[in-house]
Amino acid sequence: MARIAGVDLPKNKRGVIGLTYIYGIAQSQARNILNKAGVDESIKVQDWDDKQITAIRNLINDEYRVEGTLRSDVQMNIKRLMDIGCYRGIRHRIGLPVNGQKTKNNARTRKGKKKTVANKKKAVK
Amino acid sequence: MSRSLKKGPYINYKLEKKVLTMAGSKKKSVIKTWSRASMISPEFVGQTIAVHNGNKFIPVYITENMVGHKLGEFAPTRIFRGHAGKKDKAKK
Repeated sequence: MARIAGVDLPKNKRGVIGLTYIYGIAQSQARNILNKAGVDESIKVQDWDDKQITAIRNLINDEYRVEGTLRSDVQMNIKRLMDIGCYRGIRHRIGLPVNGQKTKNNARTRKGKKKTVANKKKAVK
Repeated sequence: MSRSLKKGPYINYKLEKKVLTMAGSKKKSVIKTWSRASMISPEFVGQTIAVHNGNKFIPVYITENMVGHKLGEFAPTRIFRGHAGKKDKAKK
């Protein structure tokens, strides 16, 4: 069982895919990491030997922001926007889309589940 | 799309001049501007700038964190007061 950056990697997946279970690492980063560590992409996670695991672990520890630190970075960035009171910060505060999307319909990811308005006029017949 | 680096940041020429003289003279007063598209440069820090929102001037005190944003971002042009009949949700 390979445990990197506090995450258990799935045993029977290829290395590139396995690494993407870490927050902050997707396929292209996973590929870079394995190239730098000198491990073939297609080796399954369970087949990594100890030396390869340490190489990968060190690489991720030293050069990449993953999991907790990355999450806190993102939160800090959002907090900065909210503190300076700029347009994007305000949108974050009131939970609406930040990047200029329309909000007449949809936008449900930001607005959350539909809230039905009581007594809204029904269409006549 | 972001602006070409070759051109440098856009700051309204007259506004920049006013800000620089203000920074030099150490006198504090509010600078009115309509130039919402101007970028906030490090010289602006510590000044209060009244940015027009289409209706009136919104005073904005510039802090260090705001450098690199545009002035217009701090003076919202639309005011949403909530939907009719909805219980007041603490906004702002």
